[in-house]
Amino acid sequence: MHLHRHHDGLGGSGAAAHRPDGTRRALRLGLGGPVGSGKTATVAALCRQLRPELSLAVVTNDIYTREDAEFLLREAVLPPERITAVETGACPHTAIRDDISANLEAVEELEERSGPLDLILIESGGDNLTATFSRGLVDAQIFVIDVAGGDDIPRKGGPGVTTADLLVVNKTDLAPHVGADLARMAADAKAQRAELPVVLQSLRGEAGVAEVAAWVRERLAAWQA
Amino acid sequence: MAGLNTRPHRGTAGVRAHARIAARPDGRGGTALPVLAGDGPLALRRTRGTGDEARVTVVGAMSGPLGGDRFLLEAEVAEGARLRVGSAAATLALPGQGGEPARYETRLRVGAGGALRWEPEPLISVRGSDLRVHTRADVAAGGRLLLREELVLGRHGEPPGTLASRLTLRVAGRLLLDQDLACGPGAPGGWDGPAVLGGHRTVGQVLLVAPEFASRPPEPRLLGDTAALVPLDGPAALITAVAQDALTLRRLLSEATAAAEEAMAAATGAAAEAPGAAGAATGAADGPAGTTRADARPAGSTAR
Amino acid sequence: MNRAALLLLADGRFPAGGHAHSGGAEAAVRAGRITDAASLEAFCRGRLHTAGLVAASLAAAAALGAEPGELDAAADARTPSPALRDTARRLGRQLLRAGRTTWPGGQLDALATVFPRGLHQPVVLGAVARAAGLGPEDAAYCAAYESVGGPATATVRLLSLDPFDATGVLARLAPDTDRVAGRAVRAAREALTDGVDALPAASAPLLEISAEAHAARGGRLFAS
Repeated sequence: MHLHRHHDGLGGSGAAAHRPDGTRRALRLGLGGPVGSGKTATVAALCRQLRPELSLAVVTNDIYTREDAEFLLREAVLPPERITAVETGACPHTAIRDDISANLEAVEELEERSGPLDLILIESGGDNLTATFSRGLVDAQIFVIDVAGGDDIPRKGGPGVTTADLLVVNKTDLAPHVGADLARMAADAKAQRAELPVVLQSLRGEAGVAEVAAWVRERLAAWQA
Repeated sequence: MAGLNTRPHRGTAGVRAHARIAARPDGRGGTALPVLAGDGPLALRRTRGTGDEARVTVVGAMSGPLGGDRFLLEAEVAEGARLRVGSAAATLALPGQGGEPARYETRLRVGAGGALRWEPEPLISVRGSDLRVHTRADVAAGGRLLLREELVLGRHGEPPGTLASRLTLRVAGRLLLDQDLACGPGAPGGWDGPAVLGGHRTVGQVLLVAPEFASRPPEPRLLGDTAALVPLDGPAALITAVAQDALTLRRLLSEATAAAEEAMAAATGAAAEAPGAAGAATGAADGPAGTTRADARPAGSTAR
Repeated sequence: MNRAALLLLADGRFPAGGHAHSGGAEAAVRAGRITDAASLEAFCRGRLHTAGLVAASLAAAAALGAEPGELDAAADARTPSPALRDTARRLGRQLLRAGRTTWPGGQLDALATVFPRGLHQPVVLGAVARAAGLGPEDAAYCAAYESVGGPATATVRLLSLDPFDATGVLARLAPDTDRVAGRAVRAAREALTDGVDALPAASAPLLEISAEAHAARGGRLFAS
């Protein structure tokens, strides 16, 4: 398991796994990946799927302030008080990796306002293949790429593709139109990631986000155990 | 009351002048002025007031202050009194001979239920002058104040002198505003740059204290990109504007003041509908100080 | 003298949330007031002698052990823009988090307990400097340097300004930064005996006005 990589209880750090009252805090999942790969759509679908069973909230890290947060608001996947936009000063990867203080504060404000929460999804601003979340901010991370971005992305690797706890290859319905070889993408991903799981999904398909949602439930069960 | 012709001789230390105004209810629904003491260049005249409000005009300010001068102007508005103070003309900060700065201090005190409108004409910083202004306002809980300050950097087409103006507000003993603007050749660098005045030649502020702002502060409001109305952390609001000329500045400040007074009236209305709210408890039903005559004078007027 | 701790605290990479703020530079760029290295320098010089001086004196006073609540009230009075007051408290909370983790100790923990709303960032900066074994001069230098370093970095991103031009601006501002830090420390010592009114209150009208404009605007890159 990768669940216990975080370090416990360091003063003001956000990584402490327990609330001041001793209960386990919300599980924090990061969603990263390049621009346009479908991070926000995946977050929206996860919210719709999980909201009947879980108390959840979302933090977005937009490049231009509130676009992703506003998409989620328009889609009405969660009430507005459960969505917070963090501004990133033109450097979305800094806000999720090098200087996570604004995100940590957003997470704590959500817990304070709407808690206790089971799950907080933290979406990164669309960035490049090297952007990953700090372990001080999230407990696990999902990296979202899509078939239209080029079927050689899994082969090229990079920290997101190789080390994320879950790799999602999105928009599989577009594969025939963009000439992407799904089997090759899956094989390359497997080679890069060894045991780490990969999900191929189309949010337009019947299964939609179900497989990712199942993975999230599993992580949450392990976290709360 | 001393007029211009009684101006004391100027020593190397400059002129010292101390003028005082005290206002209190006259017991017949109006405001009396038991103290109205001008001094040297700070001559005071009681002019025709309106209703329960007394009015005083500072005259003769055209002659100074010069370098080395020290002026002190004090006004105290007692509980329940209403006073409005203006000036007959713009004040010119002029160069002195000794190269020493001039100081112009104003101390304003307003009691509970008292109201003061302090609306002098602009202060013009003339080339070669050096003036330090400090305006201190102390307002008791439930008191009202409207204070306008307009600074003009240089006469027409002229570079400014050195000017520093500090404005300090306390309400019920609590510090709510402390600001010190420095400009001109003797000011630290960058005063004319994009963070401070951005090349504008006039800058002004209107400070409003109103009890109903305690429960219903005005929303921040922008007028173009050179003027803003903001709520302070207490029953007060501040309007700040920069402009190329005094007329534009007065227009911006007047517009923003009208917006603030609207917010005040709305808060008063809300307070009246909710008995026990802060505004109602402090006599907000009397209405804001001089609301209706806020902008009766033509903008930029300096006529006597 | 604890020079290494000073370098750590003054490092732009110190994770206290500053990277998402432009110190008013984005608003000035949008208004067409910063267009190149020269106007960036004029902006930074003005900011240094106003907001920078006030921040440096607050930080120095906090490092000397002045009462944080009084300093915070003095900071509020010197910051009429509510958007800037919010920003200062937010950055103060973020710095306190980073400071508590970096230099653990009871003083900073107590600060978090006594002021749950947070304190203005310069006040926290002074307290963190103290916890790191630094003095009032160090705290003043950090605040003064930060008041121009942030806008310079942001302008590189906003205008694609040549980064060497931006560091050139900061180098030319070094003598002014020295003067501001010195003045701030003198004022802070005075404030210890005469109260917080002795602290500078230098104001910058356009910074205050544009901060409100920026806060009201959608589609911005920096939070302030």
